[in-house]
Formats: sequence, C-alpha cells, structure tokens
Amino acid sequence: MKPVLQVTGLRKSFGGVVAVDGVSFEVHEGEILGIIGPNGCGKSTLFNCILGQLVPSAGDIRLDGVDVTGSTPEAMNRRGVSRTFQLLQVFPELSVRENLILAGQEHRGTMLARLFGPGDAGLTAEADRMIGFFRLSHLADAKAGSLSYGQQKLLDAAMAFMAGPRLVLLDEPAGGVNLTMLADLKERLRAMNAERGATFVVIEHNMDFVMSLCSRVIVMVEGKVLMTGTPAQVRSDPAVLEAYLGN
Amino acid sequence: MSTPAISQRAATATHRTIVRTHAGMAELVAYIVAGLATGAIYALAAIGFTLVWQTSQTINFAQGEYVMLPAILILAGVSFFGLPLWAAALLGGLVFVAVFGAGFKIAVVDPMIRHGVLPLAIATMALAIIMKEGAKDFFSSEAQTFPSPFPAGAVDILGVSLSMQHIAIIAVAFIAIGILQWFVSRTRTGRQMQATAQNPGVALILGIPVARMVMLTFAINAALAVLASVLVSPLYLAKFSNGEVIGLFAFIAAIVGGFNQVRGALGGGLIVGVVDSLAAAYISSSYRLAVPLALLVLIILIKPEGLFGRREERRI
Amino acid sequence: MTEVVAPSPPPSPPVARAASGLSRRLDGVLLTLIAGAVLLWFLPVGMGRYGTYVLTLWLVTSIAVMGLNLTLGIAGLKSLAQAAFMGIGAYTTAILGTKFGVDWYSCFLLSGLLSFAVGLLLGFPALRVKAHYLAFVTLAFATLVWLVFRNEQWLTGGTFGIANIARPTLFGIRTDGALAFHRFVVVVTLVLALALWWLIRSPWGRAFLALRENPIRAASLGVDIRAYTLLAFAIGSAYGGFAGALYSPLVEFIDPSPFALSASFMLLLMVVAGGSGYQLGPFVGALVAVALPEWLRFTGGLYLIVFGVVVLLLLIACPQGILGLAERGWNALRARLGAGAAEPSR
Repeated sequence: MKPVLQVTGLRKSFGGVVAVDGVSFEVHEGEILGIIGPNGCGKSTLFNCILGQLVPSAGDIRLDGVDVTGSTPEAMNRRGVSRTFQLLQVFPELSVRENLILAGQEHRGTMLARLFGPGDAGLTAEADRMIGFFRLSHLADAKAGSLSYGQQKLLDAAMAFMAGPRLVLLDEPAGGVNLTMLADLKERLRAMNAERGATFVVIEHNMDFVMSLCSRVIVMVEGKVLMTGTPAQVRSDPAVLEAYLGN
Repeated sequence: MSTPAISQRAATATHRTIVRTHAGMAELVAYIVAGLATGAIYALAAIGFTLVWQTSQTINFAQGEYVMLPAILILAGVSFFGLPLWAAALLGGLVFVAVFGAGFKIAVVDPMIRHGVLPLAIATMALAIIMKEGAKDFFSSEAQTFPSPFPAGAVDILGVSLSMQHIAIIAVAFIAIGILQWFVSRTRTGRQMQATAQNPGVALILGIPVARMVMLTFAINAALAVLASVLVSPLYLAKFSNGEVIGLFAFIAAIVGGFNQVRGALGGGLIVGVVDSLAAAYISSSYRLAVPLALLVLIILIKPEGLFGRREERRI
Repeated sequence: MTEVVAPSPPPSPPVARAASGLSRRLDGVLLTLIAGAVLLWFLPVGMGRYGTYVLTLWLVTSIAVMGLNLTLGIAGLKSLAQAAFMGIGAYTTAILGTKFGVDWYSCFLLSGLLSFAVGLLLGFPALRVKAHYLAFVTLAFATLVWLVFRNEQWLTGGTFGIANIARPTLFGIRTDGALAFHRFVVVVTLVLALALWWLIRSPWGRAFLALRENPIRAASLGVDIRAYTLLAFAIGSAYGGFAGALYSPLVEFIDPSPFALSASFMLLLMVVAGGSGYQLGPFVGALVAVALPEWLRFTGGLYLIVFGVVVLLLLIACPQGILGLAERGWNALRARLGAGAAEPSR
C-alpha cells in the first residue's frame, strides 16, 4: 500500500499556544484511519492545516508525494481532498440535489465552459445516484435547511464524496447524530470504502463508531501523537486509557 | 490673506516674510480649531453610531439625518407654536429622543433584529429618506438660520484670532463626552451598558438588564444627536439635506477611530474634522470630501480595526 | 473552533432547479420575462409621451437593480455604489456619443465593459474586508465618483451636464420617438434579463449563492472564492453601466445628481423592496420606486415619504420583500387548498 497523504513534523501555534506539535503520520490508499483524542488535543487544527484553512507553522504535507503545504482550501479540494466540518455545513437555502451538484461542479471543466454548459454541469444523474446511495431520494428537492440534523449530516458527508475525491477527511461525522442514523452513516461510509475505494481520515469522539469503522487509529494528546495502532491495540493500551481517564 | 501689515510698503522684505509666515501660522491654527470644532460635532454623532452598533448590531444609515432633524424640530417649535427658543429646544429635544430614540428601537429595531443586520441597515436607509423628505416637505426646502447659543466674535489667543463659537463648541462637546465617559466607566448603569456593548450574550448571563441597556444606548444616541444638531446648525444652517454630509463624516469618524471604542469615535471625529478643514483650505474646496474618504478607504484596507480600536478576534 | 457567525443571509433565494430536459428550462421566470416583454411592447400605445417615458425609465432602472440583485441578493456582497456605476455608463455613453460621435452600440458595450473593469477593481477590497466594511468602501467609492462627475467640468460638463445625447438607430430605423425608444429598451432589457436568467441558472449562479450562504464550506468544495467574488461584483456593476448607457439617451441630458450616494441607497431599497434574490424582484422593486410615484400623483410631493414608509413597513413585516410576501401568501393559500398546485413563478 502506498501512502496517499504524508504528514511530517506538522506544527501549528497560535501566539504562544502550540495546538499541533510535531505530528507525523501516513494515510494509505483505501484505508479508514481514525484520529481520536480528548477535546483540545489539536485534531481539528490538524485537519485545518492539512486542508489549507490554516497555514502550518512548520512541517510539510504531501499528497501522492507532491508537497502541498500551505495550499488554499480550493486548491486542496481540486487536488482531490474533500472534507466535512465539525459543525454542520450545508447550504440551507439550496435543495439537497443542488447542494450535491454544487459539491461536484467545480471539478467539471473550466469556469467558462461551465458558464455556457448545462445549468447542472451535467451532474444531475450523479447527484441523484449519490442521494440514492445515502438514502435521501425522497428529499432530493427539499431545501437542505428543512432536513433533520441527522439527514443534514448525511448530506454533508455525501457532498464530500461528490467529486470522487482521492481522500476524504471527516470531522466528527457522528456528532449529534441519533443511533439509527449513526448505524446508517457507518454502513454508508463502509460501503463507500468498499465499493469506491475511498480513503478516509475520521476525527471522532464516539469510540464505538471509530473502533468499528477504522482499520487503524491514531491517538493524539496535547498536540502530539501518543500512539498509532489497530483498534484492538489502542483499546488495550494503558497510556491511552490514562490519557482519556486521567483527566 | 492680504493683511494690513503686508500692504504696508514701508516694511522691509524680511519683516514682510516674518509677518506672512506668522499670518500663515495663525491661519493654520484657525483652520485647525475650526476643524476641531466640527470634528467634535462629528464625534458626538460617531459615538452614538458606535454605541448603537455595538449594543444592537444596528448600522444606522440615518445617523446624519438624526443630526439634521432636531434643529428643524426646534425651528418648527418656534415658528409653528410660537415657543421661545429655549422651550422649543427642550420640547424638540424630548420629542426627538422619545420618537427617534425609544420609538425607533421599539418600532423598527426590535421587530427586525432577528432578520439580521442587513435588512435592519436597509430599514435605516428608508428611515433616512423619510426624515429627510419629511423635513423638506413639512418644514422647508430652504436653509434656515439657526441661532447660536454662544456669543459671536473672536478672541485673541497668543496673537491668533479664534472664533468664540468654535471654542465654545469644542468645550461643550468635550464636556458632554466627558460626562458620557464618566457615566460609562464610573456608574453602575454605565458599566452595565458597557458590558452589554462588549458582549450582550455574556451580559445577559450576568443578570444585566440587557434590553433596558440597549434602550438606554438608543436614548443616548438620540440625545447626542440633539446636542450635535444644536451645535452644528448655527454653523451650517438648518437644512433638510445636511444629513448626507454629516452622516458620511460620522461613519468615517467611527471607522477611522475604531468601531468598538468611545474614545476611538472621539479621536476619529477630531481627526476627520481637522483633515476636512485643512483639505478645504489648502487642497481644493471641490474635492475636500475626497480627502476624508480616501482616509477612510486607507484605514479600512490597512488597519480595519481603526486607529484606536482593538483588533477583534478573527472568527472563521 | 470553526464558529459560524450568522450574518443571516438575505431573504430566501430563488434556487434554480436542476433541469434535465429542455422542457423544464421553460420555467416561470422565463415565461414571465417573455410575456412581460410582449405586453410592454404594446402597453404604451396611447399612453402619451410622458407615460411612455415613465415606463421606459422603470425598465432602465430595473436593469441597474438587476445587477445589484446579483451582487447583493444572490452573492451577498454589500455594495452601496450601483448608482455610481450607472453614472459611469451614462457618462461614458454621453461623452463618447456627443464629443466623439461614437455610435450608441459601441458606447453601450464600452459602458458595460468599463463598469465591469471598475467593478472588478472595487471587488478587491471585498476579498479583504468584512461585510459592513465593504459597504463603507463602496460608499466612499460612490461619493468619489460623484465628485469626479461634478468637478471635472472639461470632461463631464460639471453641474451643467451634457445635453443633446442622441438616441440609437436600429436597422436604419431611428428611435427618436418615445414609443420607438421604449420598444428599443424593451428589447435590450429582455436580452439583459435573459442573460442574467441564464447566468443564475448556470453553475456560476450556484457558486454565487454558495458564496452568500457559506463561503468557507464553498471553498472546501473547490469553489474559487476570489474569482466568484470579483465576478459577482463586476457583472453586477456592468449591469449598472448598461443601465446608464440607456439612461443617457432616454433623458437626453445628464448631470451628476441622479448618480449621487442617495441614488445608490434607493437602488438598494429597490432590491430589497422587490425581494432580494428573486429574479423578478428588481422589476417589482423598481416599479414601486419609479413608476408608482407617477401613478400616485395624489400624494403631491410626498411620494418619497410614502415610498420610504412603504419600504419600512414592508421590511418590518416581511424582509423578503414583495415577492417574498407574495410567495408566503401563495404557500399559505396552497396549504389551505391542498398541495398539487404549481410553484409560483420567481
């Protein structure tokens, strides 16, 4: 397995506070990598650095071996990395289908070609497939803002897959989602991984969700990587237990 | 510019130069004092603008009209009801604070604030039109003289002749701002108001009567506008269209000084007043407005928190 | 922490449905535009010179409002300079036409192009500053442009203005008469409205909406925030320039006063009064502001107050504007009659 993403010695400080302190890891093709850690351990900052929302203070980020450190979010997305945010980020006034078309359209041709091309950028069929895949077909024409929280989370995840990304970073996809919907989401992500070979990095607080979904888990504490291992290894590691229960 | 001293042919060239330089200096000082006087008035308007913006997210595009209208109301009180000036001023001021302070807050801000900042800002534009056209249609489309509450004439200070009126305006405005500053920082209610301005959410949790504090800022804004109106109208005459320029200067003062500070608005007002006065005197009277505007754009692009403002933490 | 500060988006936008076939492209907006153009072609017959003039002025104003509706209503960028762009177009057309004898069509294109270019430049601060500061930058710009119109007498005639602006000729037919020029404007308005209709339904329109609703999420989906922000500004401004290029020959004499800051405020009020983000909103907003006063002569000189009060009450009752109010009423009616009826055209 070759690495899709390589993060080396990544560091991010805000004033005097070091949020991410020398983190290195690799993401392999086709895997689902989990990142866990107590609140404030720097997980979201790590994501923001990888995705270009923040500029890292030090270290480098390679995508398929190419240095992409400090790229803009738009550029990262066009290189095939997509993400979801911790808080819900759908476009409430657009319909579910429009949300998905939007998520895919910027990957279709040049800006000028899109202006004179079809209004849906030729993505309606693909959007409807994605809607079907996430079992939202009955809501395709509903405004995204009118969906339940869990349904919006599904839509949010679906948007991240729309452009056929190389790598998907999910920031707490299970947060605030009820149990039925959670099982649904997990199953869909797994299917995405199995059927389309999508590679994931998932930040999550919900241990059961991470342990049953991911093949490998990184534990972060206070901006550093505490350990990396399989879910079973992580579960039985005394240092991890201490990090979680000790405070 | 042709002072008697210069016209005296007997004077030597050296002497002439000295006198001319002296005259130039005196002129400069006079322009600066005139600028400080109008600047102090802009500061009053800018402080109200800032207070209202902070406590209730209301960008008041009618701020200039707020300064225009009280003088018109007072003149209307004199000419329609035959009131003596002091009574008209008192009554006009009270009516204005009631209608455009409290009434504005209850009738416009309260029902609209949940829709967000933009519709409310646009509503204040509609209000500006109503105030302006109202003053024009129901009172007069002509500029009206407004009696100055201060003695006319000039005083000589260190050989520089300064307008009494300018000095009195600066004094009154500074006393008013001083009282406001004392109220805000020294009294219990004032501190509660300040807390509300800084963070309404936290203020609510602390048990501060936020709604009452917001109401208070609207009343203070209206009262400051009345004062500014009484001070500015003797200088510029009372006219329905005065609000456009005054409002523009109040925005510029608030932004140049820093949106989140009373002293910022004060500093901004004074700077803008002086810059305007000097631009009119030395650069070009037809482009005098361009200089403060350029200053505004420069500040927004280079130091958006204003000269005296605190940088707000950036929210993603 | 990613905190979404809710700068509550302007009223509900019209969201173009993803059209799969040509039949679905024939939507309500398009039908209304075409039917409206046909109606307006014949409407002024027998209306007299002045009535026709008011109708034409309404259309010209609508073009400027359409542009601002794109910038503000669709893309959410707060601009207080639309009248300045209208002025740039009007003066470009007047100066090139009267002093250099350039034909109107070239003037029209150059007016749009110049406004586009200036709008692009003005868009750059939009990339740097927060929402309400942008409003103040555009406010400063509008005032500066107005100062230039007033002071540069050698170019603009200053307060004396520019007179004798010729009306265009179409296929050898002169449009000097009120009716002929009105019809000419109807056609130009229709073309511009259709172009905007296309734009809003294109992926660009969707990206503009995304810009307004959630720029951070949009960027993470590959939407080029810089490019779309500048384009929304520039295209909206170009419509201001187009409107100006029609305004000049309509009034045949221009001076700086109709392009002052207060005029920009009025155009903004029209966007909101009609229904910010609704594609037909600009026509409704401009109708209320331009044509209604003429029909409400009984108010005497008070029509601006009436307009102000109407807009204020409308905003308090329904910030989504007249079309928002109509949609709300329509939905209520539909709910009462049971679903199944068609969507209202927007």
